[in-house]
Amino acid sequence: MRVFKLIYMNALRHKLRTSLTILGIAVAIMAFGLLRTVVAAWYLGVNQAAPDRLITRSKNGITFTLPVAQKQAIERIPGVADLTYSAWFGGFYKDPKDFFPQIAVEGVHGLSLYPEFIVDSAALDAFDKEPNAAIVGKTTMDRFGWKIGDAVRLTGQIYPGDWDFVVRGVYTGRSEATDLSQFLFNFKYIDQRMQVEMPARAGQVGWWVIKIDDPAKAAAISAAVDKEFENSSDATLTETEAAFQQSFVAMAGTIVFSLQVISFLVIGVILLVAANTMAMTARERISEYAVLKTLGFNGKHILGLIAGESLLIACLGGVLGMIFLIPVLHGVGVALKAWFPAFIIDPKTYPQAAATAVLVGILAAVFPSWRAIRVSIVNGLRRIG
Amino acid sequence: MAAPVVEVQNVSKQYHRDKVEIRVLSNLSLSIPEGGFVALMGPSGSGKTTLLNLIAGIDRPDSGQVIVAGTAVHSLGESQLAKWRTRHIGFIFQFYNLLPVLTAYGNVELPLLLTKLSSKERREHVETALNLVGLGDRMKHYPRQLSGGQEQRVAIARAIVTDPTVIVADEPTGDLDKQSATEILDLLGRLNTEFGKTIVMVTHDPRAAERAKVVRHLDKGELN
Ligand SMILES: Nc1ncnc2c1ncn2[C@@H]1O[C@H](COP(=O)(O)OP(=O)(O)OP(=O)(O)O)[C@@H](O)[C@H]1O
Ligand SMILES: [Mg+2]
Repeated sequence: MRVFKLIYMNALRHKLRTSLTILGIAVAIMAFGLLRTVVAAWYLGVNQAAPDRLITRSKNGITFTLPVAQKQAIERIPGVADLTYSAWFGGFYKDPKDFFPQIAVEGVHGLSLYPEFIVDSAALDAFDKEPNAAIVGKTTMDRFGWKIGDAVRLTGQIYPGDWDFVVRGVYTGRSEATDLSQFLFNFKYIDQRMQVEMPARAGQVGWWVIKIDDPAKAAAISAAVDKEFENSSDATLTETEAAFQQSFVAMAGTIVFSLQVISFLVIGVILLVAANTMAMTARERISEYAVLKTLGFNGKHILGLIAGESLLIACLGGVLGMIFLIPVLHGVGVALKAWFPAFIIDPKTYPQAAATAVLVGILAAVFPSWRAIRVSIVNGLRRIG
Repeated sequence: MAAPVVEVQNVSKQYHRDKVEIRVLSNLSLSIPEGGFVALMGPSGSGKTTLLNLIAGIDRPDSGQVIVAGTAVHSLGESQLAKWRTRHIGFIFQFYNLLPVLTAYGNVELPLLLTKLSSKERREHVETALNLVGLGDRMKHYPRQLSGGQEQRVAIARAIVTDPTVIVADEPTGDLDKQSATEILDLLGRLNTEFGKTIVMVTHDPRAAERAKVVRHLDKGELN
């Protein structure tokens, strides 16, 4: 008990220095948690991919389209349970900087391949009947303040011109990780206008979505699909939805990797901050440690005092950092909702941050303690007078 | 004549600074009986503190023997030595060396934390020691709230609270005004006469030396 009091009182001796160190550690722990969450959010989308869906895209590249005429050939392949197509619209609402994904789907049938999207039957009904009906994820609805029945005009970049839609439904997610940012509408709506304005681009879909009857046969079915078109001008590349999403993540992979490196550099920075404070502290108190040693206190006691203070500071910083993390993650999550549909704190982040704080507390005390213990009593005492 | 509590035999000590060798003590012997009160005097740099440190077991001789309270101090290992100091030596320094974050009570209690005493027993010992030095009413004061003389009295309480065999004091009045110095010397005198404590005190002050039973002069590493 006495010892804890001594550690506590020692920590309070330089209130400004201690507070700044705690704050520094707090900010770093918060940054660590934020970076970890961003990285986790990147991978979360991939992990949520359905194992029984394959994506077939053009072998020529992600921006190339495929003819809708491939449908019958794919349907004939054994193991294919259901089939639909989608296309990337790539437009914007008012400001091109406000990104959200807009995807043209094959009507109600297209939606049926995504059971993780929950839509009420009235909305499905309207989606079926009205050519320009749109069903929009809750996040994007809230973001732009749209309500059901609102007319929304998107400006197309891949499909040029202005496009008028009416919001007929909101979809929610079956799990917290479901992407709620998509703007979904009928492919037929854009295709009919393309037939008139740019006939060469009509009947072209972005990718095929294949539901298979047995996830274990994914590789064989993928190979069969690609073999079907290998000698045509529209050769395909088929992979599981997870692999498909991963290829997007891989494009950003270097960024994700940098974030991971940075999150560990941040720990290095905290360590330096804490170690610097502890080194200054221990140096100032060399003569006090010498006095304690004359009274019979040994190296272990000195280590306990220095490491105790270091741990106290690091843990306070850690706790404060994790408290900061909650509103910051919330704010960042709201700001990045379109990019990271599921921006939730990975529960692992807390034990990781706590372990980091404890580790920093211990490591920061190593060198100062070693030096304080090593100084002989006589030399320690000579520092005073 | 009582048996010697402190036996320093043929002790030599030298320091190296860069390549220069400084001979501090050469073949020095000193014997102090139980209940003795020795004042060590001598010019600055003559090795008084060094000798005191050897007796107190916080430094080791290059050669010779230091036997205190029946223990060959020079032959003990670090941790044994630390335990031995808690049991046998009380330290008083020129600049008091109290921990600023602890109250008078906390400072005096420090050496007792290394013993097996319960907190109630510790309290009794601390109160006795502080009452003895006349600071029973200042237990909750921090060092910065005390005068120099009072701080030194707290330091004396800390030195005696474990009931050590020998009290070593390095210029205990060196930083004090005349009045406070007299109080401190009175206190040391009482510890010696009333409680039979063996005291070794380094001092520059002839009036302080007068209080001792024996005055020894150190010069050029030798005792006279
Ligand atoms: N740890 C050390 N390293 C190097 N030299 C030392 C060390 N300790 C003492 N000395 C040297 O040994 C000599 C004696 O020092 P000591 O402190 O014992 O003298 P002193 O008699 O106590 O002097 P003062 O009256 O000034 O306190 C001095 O020349 C000092 O510089
Ligand atoms: Mg000296």
